[in-house]
Amino acid sequence: MEAASKLDVESIRADFPILRRKIGDKPLAYLDSAATSQKPAQVTDAMRRFTDHSNANISRSVHTLASEATEAYEGARAKVADFIGAISHDEVVFTKNSTESINLVAYAFQNAVAERGADPRFVLGPGDEVVVTEMEHHANLVPWQQLCLRTGATLRWIGITDTGRLDLEHLDEVINERTKVVSFVHVANLLGTVNPTSQIVARAKEVGALVGLDSSQAVPHLPVDVTELGVDFIAFTGHKMLGPTGIGVLWAKAELLDAMPPFLTGGSMIETVTMERTTFAKAPAKFEAGTPPVAEAVGLAAAVDYLAALGMDNVRAHEKELAAYMLERLETVDGLTVIGPRVPIGRGATVSFELDGVHPHDVGQVLDSEGVAVRVGHHCAKPTCVRFGVTATTRASGYVYTTTEEIDRLVSALEQVRKVFA
Amino acid sequence: MNLDELYQEVILDHYKRPRGVGLREPYEGESHQVNPTCGDEITLRVHVEGGTVADVSYENVGCSISKASASVLYELVKGASVEDSLERLGEFTELMNSKGQGEGDEETLEDAVAFAGVSKYPMRVKCALLGWMAFKDALVRAEAAVPTPGGGAEQ
Repeated sequence: MEAASKLDVESIRADFPILRRKIGDKPLAYLDSAATSQKPAQVTDAMRRFTDHSNANISRSVHTLASEATEAYEGARAKVADFIGAISHDEVVFTKNSTESINLVAYAFQNAVAERGADPRFVLGPGDEVVVTEMEHHANLVPWQQLCLRTGATLRWIGITDTGRLDLEHLDEVINERTKVVSFVHVANLLGTVNPTSQIVARAKEVGALVGLDSSQAVPHLPVDVTELGVDFIAFTGHKMLGPTGIGVLWAKAELLDAMPPFLTGGSMIETVTMERTTFAKAPAKFEAGTPPVAEAVGLAAAVDYLAALGMDNVRAHEKELAAYMLERLETVDGLTVIGPRVPIGRGATVSFELDGVHPHDVGQVLDSEGVAVRVGHHCAKPTCVRFGVTATTRASGYVYTTTEEIDRLVSALEQVRKVFA
Repeated sequence: MNLDELYQEVILDHYKRPRGVGLREPYEGESHQVNPTCGDEITLRVHVEGGTVADVSYENVGCSISKASASVLYELVKGASVEDSLERLGEFTELMNSKGQGEGDEETLEDAVAFAGVSKYPMRVKCALLGWMAFKDALVRAEAAVPTPGGGAEQ
């Protein structure tokens, strides 16, 4: 039984060979896309075609393959840039994942402290403040926390309300004249909350702070336009948006990338090198030391094509329906408590919950025996767990290929969990 | 997969009615272990007296496998000689690393043989071993603090 959807989910599913897999004798119900999405044949085909036909290192040699590889890699950059509404393709830096993207920015601050003549926006010290939220994935918490420990700056954060929303009541106090950078999660990976960005961005701009987003759970699921968001940087990753692992993205304003000291140094990121010193290439090359993930960039470009063809508005609409269905059905399970927004407004199709008296590990194990794949644990968001007084949760997350029938299977498998641990 | 194999009645029973739970005095060694993938935690104390594990006491949060395992551990090693308890530790660890091939000796491992099925699930082996790792660590600390018949200097 398929709810009216903006997406033709059945024909989408046909593009994902893995969705035909069986777990034991049960068909797979993959509800762990927030951890990593599955890849359509279009993505793996594109990568294989590139590897079988055009593989070479980029920007080095003059032979045909090298030129094709360079074109494919730069073409992927252009595609990603257009997908997120970047003004210039050179504002897209390819990294390994979101974690590296965020570290790249955090290290720009740390490196600026030791660099003579560094842009004062990046020079951080005692008295300066860095702002995150309590609902961050560790990827957007630990780098800033470590930066503060090393520079003597103070880490501050926006709290979470009981309903799983950002507590903006004290926003003007948390973000103040001492704030140098605000980096916050766009869509929360544990709670599923889609955060309103405009108020925080406006306040950050008002005090002259840089502001960025961890958009790892946003770019795959909703239309994201960096120009419209008005932020200075965003980070996201390929493997959560139908692309391969091993490639992530940092988008930042060109002017900012120019001002930032490099993070990793070495090959490909230089202008000229002597034994004593080095001058650096312009961004994005300045931030892409070493051989980049070329085949992965090709795969990411194919994923972007796939999503663009579906239409991100349609993806969002489909997931709104999924979220509503999931919340409604999960609430019928005895002893189940949703952690995060309980209404399908301002949230994605990622729902964390607790099942009274049963540890998430056990929940996940029984669900697996029914072919239902969910994530269990702290989801790299321990402070969020602490905020809600749990050590771990079970999390179901949907994507473009998720059906309401899979949600039904989750719900009946949860009844099975209750039986085993009654 | 066969769920009953993993969640044996013995395991569910220890999970629902854990034996020896709670932190007690006296103790010579204490260990805190965390399973970073799921956030399971245990604090475990060992009281050694005259070469015997006089008490094992613990507080833990975690899944049925990790909680039942701590309870079984308590029953197995409390009152055993330090030497025997280390043998049980070795046997249990070997069983957990057997990838579903081991059965365990019921004579020595008693209820712990119920965990044989867990060894087929690599993601759960860590859960089953968490309490045992804490026991091993706490015992080393206790031995370092107290002279035992087998040697070991007082600090």
